[in-house]
Amino acid sequence: MIWNWEFAAEALPLLLRGFVNTLIATVVGTIIAAILGLIIAVAIRGLPRWINWLVRLIVAFIRNTPLVVQLIFVYYIFAGIPGLVDVPALVIGFIVIGIHYSTYMSESYRAGIDSVPPGQHEAATALSLPPVRTFTAVVLPQALRATIPSLGNYAVAMFKDTPFLFAISVVELVTSAQQFGAAKFAYTEAFTLAGIIFLLASYPTSLLIQRLDRRLATY
Amino acid sequence: MTDNFTSLLSFLPQLWEGVQTTLILTIVGSIGAVIIALILGLAMTSEHGWVRIPARIVVEFFRGTSLLVQLFWLFYVFPLLGVDLEPMACGIGALALNYGAYSAEVVRSSIKTVAPGQWEAAIALSLSPSRRMIRVIFPQAWALMIPSLATLLIQLLKGTAVVSFITLSDLTDKITQLRQSTNETYFAFTVGLIIYFVIAWLIQELMNFLERRATAALGRSRPNSRNDRRQARRDARMSKSTDPGSTSIAGPNSGNIGYGGPL
Repeated sequence: MIWNWEFAAEALPLLLRGFVNTLIATVVGTIIAAILGLIIAVAIRGLPRWINWLVRLIVAFIRNTPLVVQLIFVYYIFAGIPGLVDVPALVIGFIVIGIHYSTYMSESYRAGIDSVPPGQHEAATALSLPPVRTFTAVVLPQALRATIPSLGNYAVAMFKDTPFLFAISVVELVTSAQQFGAAKFAYTEAFTLAGIIFLLASYPTSLLIQRLDRRLATY
Repeated sequence: MTDNFTSLLSFLPQLWEGVQTTLILTIVGSIGAVIIALILGLAMTSEHGWVRIPARIVVEFFRGTSLLVQLFWLFYVFPLLGVDLEPMACGIGALALNYGAYSAEVVRSSIKTVAPGQWEAAIALSLSPSRRMIRVIFPQAWALMIPSLATLLIQLLKGTAVVSFITLSDLTDKITQLRQSTNETYFAFTVGLIIYFVIAWLIQELMNFLERRATAALGRSRPNSRNDRRQARRDARMSKSTDPGSTSIAGPNSGNIGYGGPL
């Protein structure tokens, strides 16, 4: 077995530094996706038919095409705008990941909103609450209860997709592992550690989400 | 714009090569993923801890570490351990292991969702465990798992784009080449994304077809089929015969065993 503890000790601080970027991309990406997803879910309900159809098509298009290609695409677009000097690749990264996952999260919101019994809506109307208040104070809080665990699962999925930022050379966890491996020819240590860090971060999070799911379950 | 299309036309053979690489990765990778999913998924439903627990660990391991880590492990670390894999084999292997682990969870939960009465009935008929699984439980679980497998299959297709990091020239790589030769970012990437979208759409259609077939095999779909109408007529006749006025004395062939009165 080729395993050098010295290399491993040397790689760890570098990897953890890369991991900071991974976390930033995940957290900001999740915030963008959660907000944009809700906007999409609400917009699809309220819009006239033909715009609705267009929004659905765009959502399906973003959902069913590779994140890697989208990242490279947007990266080149930003690079091609002359006035724009140096948008950090990390910023492009979390914007694109956030938009990509918002298309998934909008589906969860939609399911959550659909799961609120129609009587709630009718009761709010009977109490003559204005539509906006009906939605924000009655429907949405109940919908979120059903939605949050599924948003959490997408956040974990997003976390595992952040290595795709390798494509636009953001120095996150896997990119830093690859760089260290190439410099010292110590791929074994670098990638094994990267895998362990991923596992240590994602597995407990999924367990937490499972517990949250059971706690928030209404039935 | 016409310039773009002429250069696209001359680039078509290369683009097709890229599409072929992507398709091979998707098809072989998903076949591998389904095999892995069936083995691990069935193992996770086992009553024996020594089968269930290792399968669970393998699944959590491949789900928890990212696809790209697994791909780079196969590509960079395996040669150091003395195993040289072709880039294509690395790509297929990583995709099959990663999505196989995700699908295994789908297989497991679908098998667990099959109604307990089905298990009990199969045991009551003293079917052997393998026959029980193959003839009774799996066909029903299969119909349940297809929609989730379709989602994962499309994710696998999207995942194939990472193989361009390990020197494979797939569709993603060809798109960046097309961009370089035309110097038209929007054009090249729109063409590429549309190709991916069309492949994903074809996968979705295929899976919808499989789902229709699977539910039809269970006799659950198409409520207006001829069989259902025949069944409905039979039910109507039966209920007439159980009419309390006509069958005060229930004969052995009257269809309502042990029931004299109204239902």
